[in-house]
Amino acid sequence: MSALLAVHQLSVAYGGIQAVRELSLEVKPGEMVCLIGANGAGKTTTLKAISGLLPPHAGSVHFDGHSITRLPAHEIARRGLSLVPEGRGVFPRMSVAENLMMGAYARNDRAAIARDLDEVHALLPRLTERRAQMAGLLSGGEQQMLALGRAMMARPRLLLLDEPSMGLAPLMVQAVFDIIRRIAARGVAVLLIEQNAHLALKTCARGYVLENGVIALSGNAADLAADPAVRQAYLGG
Amino acid sequence: MDIFLQQLINGLVLGSVYALVALGYTMVYGILELINFAHGEITMMGALVALAVIGALALAAPGLPGVLVLGAGLAVAIPVCVALGLVIERVAYRPLRNAPRLAPLITAIGVSIILQNVAMLIWGKQYIPFPAILPEGRHQVLGATVSDIQIAILVLAVLIMLALILVVQKTRLGRAMRATAQSRQVASLMGVDVNRVIAATFAIGSALAAVAGVMVSAYYGLAHYYMGFLLGLKAFSAAVLGGIGNLRGAMLGGLLLGLIESFGAGYIGDLTGGFLGSNYQDVFAFFVLIAVLVFRPSGLLGARLVERA
Ligand SMILES: Nc1ncnc2c1ncn2[C@@H]1O[C@H](COP(=O)(O)OP(=O)(O)OP(=O)(O)O)[C@@H](O)[C@H]1O
Ligand SMILES: [Mg+2]
Repeated sequence: MSALLAVHQLSVAYGGIQAVRELSLEVKPGEMVCLIGANGAGKTTTLKAISGLLPPHAGSVHFDGHSITRLPAHEIARRGLSLVPEGRGVFPRMSVAENLMMGAYARNDRAAIARDLDEVHALLPRLTERRAQMAGLLSGGEQQMLALGRAMMARPRLLLLDEPSMGLAPLMVQAVFDIIRRIAARGVAVLLIEQNAHLALKTCARGYVLENGVIALSGNAADLAADPAVRQAYLGG
Repeated sequence: MDIFLQQLINGLVLGSVYALVALGYTMVYGILELINFAHGEITMMGALVALAVIGALALAAPGLPGVLVLGAGLAVAIPVCVALGLVIERVAYRPLRNAPRLAPLITAIGVSIILQNVAMLIWGKQYIPFPAILPEGRHQVLGATVSDIQIAILVLAVLIMLALILVVQKTRLGRAMRATAQSRQVASLMGVDVNRVIAATFAIGSALAAVAGVMVSAYYGLAHYYMGFLLGLKAFSAAVLGGIGNLRGAMLGGLLLGLIESFGAGYIGDLTGGFLGSNYQDVFAFFVLIAVLVFRPSGLLGARLVERA
């Protein structure tokens, strides 16, 4: 099957400093893939470049067979690629309900939007109780759930998740990952970025390991988890 | 009692005009954290363009009803100001969007000087009288006098402000504006074309400024290439007074400033034992502004700094 997302030889620099170098990766339709790496490895930079928030300095990004390499972020989003950014990025001074509506901003199929909203509430009952509350007043875990629900409202074909476990208590991490799995089970492809390599490799089928802006290793999640170098560097021996 | 009521009415009328202009400052600030110092000049342009149309029509077709002539003036002034606002945003501010914050501020001052000079070249330095086309009815209310123009200004301003609140709270564009104000990046991830939303914000602000400019010139019976300076400064102060970035704050700040100014003009003589006359009303307004900001630096309805961070 051809790739839904194909990143080819992508390089991104901040000023003169190269943060990501000649990075290539693929995500197939419906697949769950993770990109793991230490602090500052270039994970966020990679996702920002894919989703149009940062202009790549070289290389290409194709989505569904079409180049999206230098498209503005809003056009990339409209093609069905949703990024849940690092730190969740909910709109703090909007209600939960309005945040969810913002997810469907680019759509105008009202009936389908209403159905999707029901589905999101079924998936995330905690949000239903807090529908009228300002998103800025939610707990970190609830904000992450809201960010996931909001992304679902866009009906994406590919979900890019930047460290959804960050700053969450272990129980909440479990709950959030449970939701991510259920989203993936609906056929949405996921590219997951994590520092928590153990959890990421357990959740995804395939993985890439990023070190200092370069892909150092890639393969089946199970193989990566068994790799001595990965165990040593990311799984605590 | 009648003097009190009179100052109250005058203050509300003046304040509602300040509020319309203040909304333009606050909307742009809310979305870009930019103080669009050229906004006062847009108001001036609105007034002068409308006056040119009104003057020409009053000459060419003296029989036309005044309201129609005024409508024609607005119908030209609004699109001219909207176009002006859009061009300024595109040419002067957008290229500097990621520049240090001082750069667009200086550009804004530059743009406002350019606009003043353009207006001076077109219309000269003299005061341009507002032709006597409007009904001049006056009504006695509990000992105070209210003119038709005052009633029209107040009613129209309130309707416009209600409409604006409705747009911002309930429509797709309004949601996009609020989202963009909270995070441009995240808004773009939702599929919002941030540049278009920013342009729409300038367009709305400029349309309000055009209307306000026509109101001021109709109220005082004249317009002038320099009128945008003080009006803009006061409206900006009103926006700061209410809490810049906050729509209701701009409305409240505008009304308050109008009231302060009007009561200040009415009572400043008594308060200072005749030392300061009513010509000090502007100073008085700014004095109150400073006093408020000392105690509430983020304005009356502004988010406290912690909330903004
Ligand atoms: N805006 C920026 N300007 C300059 N350098 C940056 C900027 N953002 C990130 N960097 C640098 O680029 C490199 C990659 O950063 P990036 O945020 O992509 O890492 P990351 O893998 O997401 O890290 P973390 O796990 O801490 O989120 C780092 O060395 C970082 O210091
Ligand atoms: Mg990161």
